[in-house]
Amino acid sequence: MPKFVELWVYLSATPLFGLTATLAVYTLAQTAYRRLGQAPWANPVLWTVVVLASGLLVTGVPYPSYFAGAQFIHFLLGPAVVALAWPLWLRRDELRQRWGRLLVAALAGGVAASGSALLMGWALGLPAEVNLSLVPKSVTAPVAMGIAEQIGGIPELAAVFAVLTGLVGALSGKYLFDALRISTNPAGWAARGFALGTASHGIGAARAMQVNADAGAYAGLALGLQVVLASLLIPLAFRLFQA
Amino acid sequence: MQALRGLTWLLVLQSLGELIARGLSLPLPGPVIGMLLLLVALRWTPVRESVALCADFLLSHLSLLFVPVGVGVMTHLSLVSQYGLRMLAVVFVSTLLGLGVTVLSLHLLRDRRETDEPHKDAPHA
Repeated sequence: MPKFVELWVYLSATPLFGLTATLAVYTLAQTAYRRLGQAPWANPVLWTVVVLASGLLVTGVPYPSYFAGAQFIHFLLGPAVVALAWPLWLRRDELRQRWGRLLVAALAGGVAASGSALLMGWALGLPAEVNLSLVPKSVTAPVAMGIAEQIGGIPELAAVFAVLTGLVGALSGKYLFDALRISTNPAGWAARGFALGTASHGIGAARAMQVNADAGAYAGLALGLQVVLASLLIPLAFRLFQA
Repeated sequence: MQALRGLTWLLVLQSLGELIARGLSLPLPGPVIGMLLLLVALRWTPVRESVALCADFLLSHLSLLFVPVGVGVMTHLSLVSQYGLRMLAVVFVSTLLGLGVTVLSLHLLRDRRETDEPHKDAPHA
């Protein structure tokens, strides 16, 4: 028994542990998700995070030693944001034809999400730095962290809000769109996907890509658009209000 | 080899983006500038062929990349236990609003402009 404890202490302190645990739990969660017919509640990110976080808390492994390994996956978020140009490029003709209405929808959705979060947070009496971390929540996590830092929020908290937002979108999108009677023809799928990418970034987009090809492409497009709009407009809006 | 070349392109463009963002103190994050640079560079066939493979792989596993940050919730347990329900309510309602407003504005705009001529003036590369 003491040998096992020694081994665990050694393993849990090496980067190998965080990386292996993340990939192992995620691939298991993906398999379960597929077996369950891709039900929204079986979202693989949600369950991977729940299993890993509770596992770390129970075993007493501190987050930094987990992150020492998980950072190799985290690092890929940067190149992934660059790679978002690819779905934009693939849809460049549609983008040229519809850029006006897509831009309006992206702006309206982004303002609705950030504005309502800021107002609700303030009305519910959340601390100012929590409120400011809520503002960039519809943008993909690494960008949200950067924006939160610029406007006076807490980057780590902003990342957590971004992940939560993505999960809420991925979990509830289908039901909301069905309730709003958005059709499931190609135009309807495009609108569904675009909304998921706008309001719940990469996690919503990942869900859209799994469900329908049109939805996935428009989700990727919306995600890229939201990243550009939010990182330009949110800091600008705050600079104007503070001046 | 192509996929590896693609990853190299992504990293080169991200680094260029970081340099430009810092050098000119732009409000855009480095990877976002990298994305805009890639949008221009994709006109070039060698870049397109190598980036395609790598981008498809990265983007199809996009949700995995959020796991390490997501697990970070455990470091904010005190904030979560104090304000958790309220924070969750804010995230939930604002996300539904964002989704609803986006999908409805696309829906409304489409109905009104369905017969319009496509716009010819494209603002980007």
